Amino acid sequence: MKNHALHRIAAALLLALAGSGPALAQTQKPVKIGFIGTLSTPAGYIGEDEHDAFMLAVKEGGGKLGGVPVDVVVEDDGLKPANAKQIADKMVQDGIRLFTGITFSNVMAAVGPTVLNAGGFYVSLNSGPSNYAGKACNKNFFSVAFENDSYSDTAGDVANELGIKKMVVMAPNYQAGRDAVTGFKSAYKGQIIDEIYTKLDQSDFSVELARVRSLAPDAIFQFHPGGAGINLAKQFANSGLSDKIKMITPIYSMDDRMLAASGAAAKGYYLSSLWSADLPNDQNKHFVQAFEQAYHRIPTAYAAQAYDTANLIASALKAVGGDVTGRADAFRAALLKADFPTVRGHFKFAANHYPIQDWYLLHIEDDGTGKLVYKNVKVIARDHVDPYVSQCKM
Amino acid sequence: MLMLFEQLLNGLQYSALLFLLAAGLTLVFGIMNVINLTHGSFYMVGAFCAAAAVAKTGSFLAAVLAALVGAGLYGLVVELLVIRHLYRRDHLDQVLATLGLALFTDELVSILFGRSPPFMSIPSALAGSVHVLPGLAYPVMRLAFIVAGALVAVGLWWLISRTRVGMLVRAGADDGEMVDALGVNVQRLFTLIFSLGALLCGFAGVMAAPLLAVQIGMGERILITTFVVIVVGGVGSVRGALVGSLLIGMTDALGRAFIPTLTSMVLPPQLSDPLSASLVSASIYILMAIVLLFKPRGLVPARH
Repeated sequence: MKNHALHRIAAALLLALAGSGPALAQTQKPVKIGFIGTLSTPAGYIGEDEHDAFMLAVKEGGGKLGGVPVDVVVEDDGLKPANAKQIADKMVQDGIRLFTGITFSNVMAAVGPTVLNAGGFYVSLNSGPSNYAGKACNKNFFSVAFENDSYSDTAGDVANELGIKKMVVMAPNYQAGRDAVTGFKSAYKGQIIDEIYTKLDQSDFSVELARVRSLAPDAIFQFHPGGAGINLAKQFANSGLSDKIKMITPIYSMDDRMLAASGAAAKGYYLSSLWSADLPNDQNKHFVQAFEQAYHRIPTAYAAQAYDTANLIASALKAVGGDVTGRADAFRAALLKADFPTVRGHFKFAANHYPIQDWYLLHIEDDGTGKLVYKNVKVIARDHVDPYVSQCKM
Repeated sequence: MLMLFEQLLNGLQYSALLFLLAAGLTLVFGIMNVINLTHGSFYMVGAFCAAAAVAKTGSFLAAVLAALVGAGLYGLVVELLVIRHLYRRDHLDQVLATLGLALFTDELVSILFGRSPPFMSIPSALAGSVHVLPGLAYPVMRLAFIVAGALVAVGLWWLISRTRVGMLVRAGADDGEMVDALGVNVQRLFTLIFSLGALLCGFAGVMAAPLLAVQIGMGERILITTFVVIVVGGVGSVRGALVGSLLIGMTDALGRAFIPTLTSMVLPPQLSDPLSASLVSASIYILMAIVLLFKPRGLVPARH
């Protein structure tokens, strides 16, 4: 009995000490972070980049974020919402209350309610569905990347900037594809002469390109992330259209890995992006260098978003000493402050917990040595906010 | 008019790709009675081997060789290790095993080659366009694809109708048990057919690689369409695979080209837009349903 009591006293003392100073932080139980990502399937390279960048920040902190030890629990959703929901259910049962990692909005839609209804936090490194930006906005949902309309309405700004009069828009026939077209139209001021909807699993675009040839627009806006976008780029160049028609896309339809796989076919693309590797700020220089050193490849915008997400989480964990559930209000307030070094130069949250940030016009050019790079031409939308923020009552 | 001709060429090129994939699949399904969901993986393996060979040597011929050897060898290994044990099992076992193999291959390729899609350029001899008609320039690479498909079709016709192996293949498709009873080494015939199918997939892979994204899972995407082709054409018949490929390739290409324009002529845009998009996606399946309604065993079935 005596022993038992002694143990208790010792444990209480230890706990008190652990709370009181960083000197004993190593005895602190690590904060578990649920990272549900798309790590397999053709889109797996996106999840890989996000995961690698997130873990880079953890590694730089020596297994800690903001001085708080973290345990990142990684699961692959295989791009299946049902899978992801099961994983999230399990993680919530295991007591995890802090989540990130999801790339795709349909997966987000399945996981969101599970996490948020359990009082957990979701800090998004990519997926930015419009419902969480508007009517369904949630005090515990934060998007560090973008709202889904933003990459296409800023592409509309790009088209305006380039003075394009006649456009053809082309997108896969599913929700995100149609959203991209709607977003583009909301900002573009010229004339859209045709809308072409492709099949989601389409790999050959010769038919659509023949239609484009006969329509003879000044430019094409298209939204085809991943393999489809590579196919389109290769075939667009091979058809000889790329000499006459400009191509305008969000960065996600010609990210760095796609560029490597498309080669010269992607030269001359105009892109809207929230980040580029040549952004002149110290945090970005550090990130690009550290990422290249760790993984021997250039980071994508996905990676940049994930790195920012990790550092935002770090700043908030630091503010509450790792007590996410016990001091949830303080943790939320710390997230909202967005007091972290960002690779984007500056970053703020709007009232709906989505970013207020600059979007850039990038141009894919030869850097003089035969290598294609993204040239940051100019800011195309300063302090850009999504259109749903006014619908959010939090 | 030029537009129609260009779209016909696009349809032919797609048909050629489908034929290269369907020829092997239909033989394996028709003669060995194996549903092989790994078939698309050979296409992917071929494309990845080709991209790796080009990255190393810069030569397209090396790429062709690498794709044929890579896909053919992988097919051989898969047959010897897995498929061989499935001949007498029911279709569910085969589907489970070959689906598992397809997933395994995806992972294997991503471990060997990485998750980033590799780059493969168009060989300089096949780059650019030529004028096939006055006012219509068409990419040489796509023309080469059509020619390659036609050559393979002729080669297969010769192999199947003019050689001893072909005779056995035909006999096997008609009545496998009888061939077995006559003392032919059916096991070896099966191994040969399976590897030949994989080889053709590898060839499709190297031809497609300069035009398409070389990526994990590229085989699964096209496999469904390939199954539609062999069902329409008639399982077990290479001629059926040819007819099916042409029909499906043309339907898909012409559907994508003209359905949106046609529906927008008769209907207001808010109706025609979603309707045409769904029709385009469904066109080949509608065709398959119609064919099955009138010819349940496909258009050119192998005789039984």
